[in-house]
Amino acid sequence: MTRSILIRLASAALLAALGTATRAATPADLQAAYGAQSTTAAAPDRGQQLFTNRHGREWSCASCHGAVPTQPGKHASTGKPIAPLAPAFNPERFADAAKTEKWFRRNCNDVMGRECSPIEKADVISWLRTLK
Amino acid sequence: MNRPARLHRTLRVLFALLGASQAVRAGDDQRGPDLALLPKYKQECAACHVAFPPGMLPADSWRRLLNNLPNHYGTDASQDAATLNQLAAWLSANAGTYKRVREAPPEDRVTKSAWFIRKHDEVPAGVWKRPAVKSASNCSACHTQADQGNFDERTVRIPR
Repeated sequence: MTRSILIRLASAALLAALGTATRAATPADLQAAYGAQSTTAAAPDRGQQLFTNRHGREWSCASCHGAVPTQPGKHASTGKPIAPLAPAFNPERFADAAKTEKWFRRNCNDVMGRECSPIEKADVISWLRTLK
Repeated sequence: MNRPARLHRTLRVLFALLGASQAVRAGDDQRGPDLALLPKYKQECAACHVAFPPGMLPADSWRRLLNNLPNHYGTDASQDAATLNQLAAWLSANAGTYKRVREAPPEDRVTKSAWFIRKHDEVPAGVWKRPAVKSASNCSACHTQADQGNFDERTVRIPR
């Protein structure tokens, strides 16, 4: 009972955060908001696995961002440089809920052919936050 | 040389020069440096590739591209409706209209336009395959000021 209310509250908080395009957020906020939609806790090692695995297709997240995205990556088809993804190395990352949601939507689709689940997003953010 | 012959030669040289300068103007007139990029266009489109000056494609090509962003040359570049409308208005207002750009290139790719291929015909095939270049759409690999819309030949530095 209490748990379901908590989940509902957290979902409402996430929706509110995602609904405002320019609302500032922190990587920890976003991880918490995604994590709150799941009953399991975010796990950095699962996030790393998702990030480096090709999921039976052509690309992994690492194809563009690099295996350890503390440095600039390179777009796998256009070659355009991509600024570091790890928030400790690029303060613009995971600082905006709508932007984060947009890129998860597109890039999970490119890599896995589907959207990522909230816990998968929380896992990835939790791993990226460990990179210092 | 008699007079009419000399006049004829002078005229020919003049026309050739005029033609050459027109060709250069036409090639460089991609509404490059003069056109300020819509911030939304830069933000949304230049995240993955150079901000192609809108004058490099005709309005028809831009319209087709925008209608198909979830399948954008092999990647999902989907946008929300509000952003899409903004981009569509700006791109159609600034699309290429002069004769070399009026016709849609194959696959609506700038890099498959006849003018693009002609302009790059002196670039050896191997250059495109260099790791630092990788793709013909990676303009800024060689055009050092491409991100500012400047594709002038004098700013070209071909990486080793």
